[in-house]
Amino acid sequence: MNFELNEEQQMIRQAARDYAQRELIKDVIERDEKAIYPAEHIKKLSELGFLGMLVDPKYDGGGMDTVSYVLAIEEFSKVDSSIGVIISVNNSLVCYGIESFGTEEQKQKWLKPLARGEKIGAFLLSEPGAGSDATSQKTTAIDMGDYYLVNGVKNWITNGNSASTYIVIVQTHKEKGHKGINALLVDKYSPGITVGVHENKMGMRSSDTHSIQFTDVKVPKENRLGDDGFGFKFAMKTLEGGRIGIASQALGLASGAFELATKYAKERKAFGTEIINHQAIAFKLADMATEIEAARLLCLKAAWLKDKGLPFGNASAMAKLYAADTAMKVTTEAVQIHGGYGYVKEYHVERMMRDAKLTQIYEGTSEIQKIVISRAIANDDL
Amino acid sequence: MKILVCISNVPDTTTKIKFTDKQTRFDPTGVQWIINPWDELALSRSVDLKEDSSNPVSEITVINVGTSETEPTLRKCLAIGADKAIRIDSEPKDAFFTAQQIANYVQKESFEFVVFGIESGDYNGSSVGGMVAEILGVPSVSSVSDIKFNGSSATIERDVDGGKEYMQVQGTTVIVVQKGFAKEPRIPNMRGIMMARQKPLEVLAAIDSELLTEIIEFNLPEPKAKVKMIDPDNLQELVALLSKEAKVL
Amino acid sequence: MSVLVYIENFGGKLKKQNFELASFASKLAESTNSTAKALVLGTINNAEIEKLNQFGIEKIIKVEGESFNIRINKVFTQVIEEVVLKENVSMVLFPDNNTGKALAPRLSVRLRAGFVSGVVSLPESYNPFIIIKRAFSGKAFAKVKINTPTKILSLAINSFGLHEKPVTLKIEYFETQVSFADVPIKMVERKVSENKVSLFDADIVVSGGRGMRGPENWKPLEDLATVLGAATACSRPVSDDGWRSHDEHVGQTGKIIAPNLYIAVGISGATQHVAGVSRSKCLVAINTDSDAPIFEVANYGILGDVQKILPKLTEAFKAFKGD
Ligand SMILES: Cc1cc2nc3c(=O)[nH]c(=O)nc-3n(C[C@H](O)[C@H](O)[C@H](O)COP(=O)(O)OP(=O)(O)OC[C@H]3O[C@@H](n4cnc5c(N)ncnc54)[C@H](O)[C@@H]3O)c2cc1C
Ligand SMILES: Cc1cc2nc3c(=O)[nH]c(=O)nc-3n(C[C@H](O)[C@H](O)[C@H](O)COP(=O)(O)OP(=O)(O)OC[C@H]3O[C@@H](n4cnc5c(N)ncnc54)[C@H](O)[C@@H]3O)c2cc1C
Repeated sequence: MNFELNEEQQMIRQAARDYAQRELIKDVIERDEKAIYPAEHIKKLSELGFLGMLVDPKYDGGGMDTVSYVLAIEEFSKVDSSIGVIISVNNSLVCYGIESFGTEEQKQKWLKPLARGEKIGAFLLSEPGAGSDATSQKTTAIDMGDYYLVNGVKNWITNGNSASTYIVIVQTHKEKGHKGINALLVDKYSPGITVGVHENKMGMRSSDTHSIQFTDVKVPKENRLGDDGFGFKFAMKTLEGGRIGIASQALGLASGAFELATKYAKERKAFGTEIINHQAIAFKLADMATEIEAARLLCLKAAWLKDKGLPFGNASAMAKLYAADTAMKVTTEAVQIHGGYGYVKEYHVERMMRDAKLTQIYEGTSEIQKIVISRAIANDDL
Repeated sequence: MKILVCISNVPDTTTKIKFTDKQTRFDPTGVQWIINPWDELALSRSVDLKEDSSNPVSEITVINVGTSETEPTLRKCLAIGADKAIRIDSEPKDAFFTAQQIANYVQKESFEFVVFGIESGDYNGSSVGGMVAEILGVPSVSSVSDIKFNGSSATIERDVDGGKEYMQVQGTTVIVVQKGFAKEPRIPNMRGIMMARQKPLEVLAAIDSELLTEIIEFNLPEPKAKVKMIDPDNLQELVALLSKEAKVL
Repeated sequence: MSVLVYIENFGGKLKKQNFELASFASKLAESTNSTAKALVLGTINNAEIEKLNQFGIEKIIKVEGESFNIRINKVFTQVIEEVVLKENVSMVLFPDNNTGKALAPRLSVRLRAGFVSGVVSLPESYNPFIIIKRAFSGKAFAKVKINTPTKILSLAINSFGLHEKPVTLKIEYFETQVSFADVPIKMVERKVSENKVSLFDADIVVSGGRGMRGPENWKPLEDLATVLGAATACSRPVSDDGWRSHDEHVGQTGKIIAPNLYIAVGISGATQHVAGVSRSKCLVAINTDSDAPIFEVANYGILGDVQKILPKLTEAFKAFKGD
């Protein structure tokens, strides 16, 4: 048992913290308010190597471990969780999916530019009628010999417009149910793809979320990830890793809000003393700190298992479930501790509270995480 | 062209300063150590210069006189972009001792530029750079805020009272840099952090040197009297206090 | 024995800091039964340097010649060394500014004499020689012992003040053996504005932070500075964001100053900022946030919006000056 971070992990955390505290903080309120995609920051962060930090250096990635990844996403999300999700989707859904299940040619062609951050990736699973129930895919890919003909609509797609590499989950053999599903690598600029309007969201407003329409899009067969029918398994496996990213994002929201609330509680006076001296406030902070620490340990444990090559699906589900609920609770309390000031944009915590809500929804709602965990319990698989 | 950047390892700028052993030693408990901010600027700009291929900079070495505890700081320098790190294995006992160690290394290796930050955040000595120059018998330029290359010759901008002077130098030169030399410290990138693993960090034994000075005790400043708040509608009161009580007008 | 003070030549003029150094040197001389002497290089009128007689300087060694109007550290150090040896000097005093920082360490090596920078008061004892300097960017002081017979000190500006002591003074011209010829360094250009009050010299500094809300709002701050004859300064983010020029940045990573009066306008008082101004004799803070840390280090505080306070403050000072 060893809870110490190694020197490299500390260096990465510091690099992410420096960038967040020095650069992201400057315009985060404006980006949220006007729903501006942080293109400049993403460019700089890709130069720093964060967009492909988990990818093997052989494919132009940073070659860092998942523990470092948790630390980096936490630091970014403390200040701007939209940045957290953009990096998370690129790294742990798109890059991870290709690196784990793609062929050598696919890695050379698709993974390298993603790892360098020259291209951004998106993961297209959800549909208007298929969210939690990802098996009921309506988007079809008909086998036309040497290509697939893709038709359908995906929605809620993070990086939908900014990405140029899509991994699209499609139904090829309807009769086989989820065993007929495939995952295809698709270039956003292929004829027949239309990017829908930018969703006007409650939170996470500077990440771009779009619906994507496919009309007779021809996708070469060599773009299929894995064997025919591997798509559903691909999606589930990839999401297991993705959840570590979202859990870390939630962790960052919680720890960022906690830091702000603590600072405020030490400065703000009411009834003749700093409000941290009122037990009701102090105990809130004690609960927050404890829950954040628990969430952090769950995130790091899942990351550690993944780095060791051990099964981590249950651990990442627990981390995501707990960190997301913690984010929601802690950000809400942080607003409460700020009183009226917490309700205005200048103090950051109201944005964090809005952002936090999403962590309980995407990449598997909290309910779905409980399904994953409870099934593992039922199957004696925990 | 080779550049040597001298690095001191100092407490983070927000550290609450405390002392131990009857006030004779800085108390390092709980302190986060960083690259001295000016040294970090010196290194960052050196790396920028090297990355721009129109400049003649070919190699950047960093050197620190310190115990093994400073190695994380040196590895961060490697991650930022130094090619090689040297640690002279000794406490930096005083400025002259430290300067002797660095000068000794420079004599063996030959560098065109030996770069220092204007002071270190701990003992605020502002001495080592000038001392190294004198030991080596080479020119030094201090309060440097910019450097430009023109072929193999370099023009250095230095701050002087009321403005700037531009100096042309040749051969080994010590430059002592200040704010402005780099806009901001560089954040190490993943590639840099990864490569830092493989870059050399050499540990060399210290040479003997006399100590010209010794620190015998530290003290914290007297606690300040509580601020006196002035009514914004009665600013004459402030004027009166400044002239009669504080006597600063 | 003698104490030698290096008098920086500011384009043919002396400044208050020269007189402060002279005062300090003459106190050192008094305590050690020696003579306070000053060294001046370059072009400057005798009438100007004779003013040093008011502060206890009995002899000035003058090294003339236009080539000494540009400071070449290596050459200057050798000249100082020659004078030190000739005049039987036991203590050499420099200002703790760019010039002192450039010359004193070099001299320390040439003479194998211990050097203490940023000295803030007279020695605690002369034998052993123990003196106090600033450390940890103003967050602490260190007592340092010098082990060598000759001592070199640089004095933190505005830490000692002026102490008048009129004496008779003589000027002696010194012909140096040192030459510039073999030093591979030359000045190619110079840009100086003579009339701007330098931050280091200003008795009063008015400084703006992010609370000024943008470069377009600086007029009232400049008006206040004009009325007070003050220099203007700023916090680091203000210069980083290009609201004001980098020369104005004060703090741990900018200029470290010690005016008599520092007025912090819309500055939160981060530890790195305070490190650069904590030796000010008196600190006034204007801020809308009663919890801003600047109020913990200020002598006087005004709670309020800078845009409302500044014009009123300017009026109040105008009225005072008018009296
Ligand atoms: C901003 C944003 C970005 C997104 N980014 C992406 C993306 O990049 N790629 C992508 O593919 N998708 C993305 N999504 C989609 C997201 O993953 C889905 O919204 C999520 O999986 C939930 O699906 P749904 O919205 O259809 O809700 P539903 O599945 O309809 O769920 C509605 C409610 O029912 C509950 N529920 C459903 N089934 C069960 C059950 N069996 N037992 C108990 N409760 C149940 C859910 O937990 C939820 O509370 C994004 C969503 C948003 C809002
Ligand atoms: C290694 C390092 C070195 C650093 N070095 C320095 C340095 O040398 N110098 C330096 O200054 N900083 C330095 N910093 C930065 C420092 O930490 C602070 O970020 C900085 O000093 C804050 O500047 P500020 O006070 O102008 O801005 P803020 O901290 O944003 O403060 C603005 C203040 O203005 C007040 N305000 C807002 N509106 C009004 C109004 N209308 N009227 C009145 N008041 C108002 C606010 O209440 C607040 O207190 C350094 C940081 C690091 C990490």
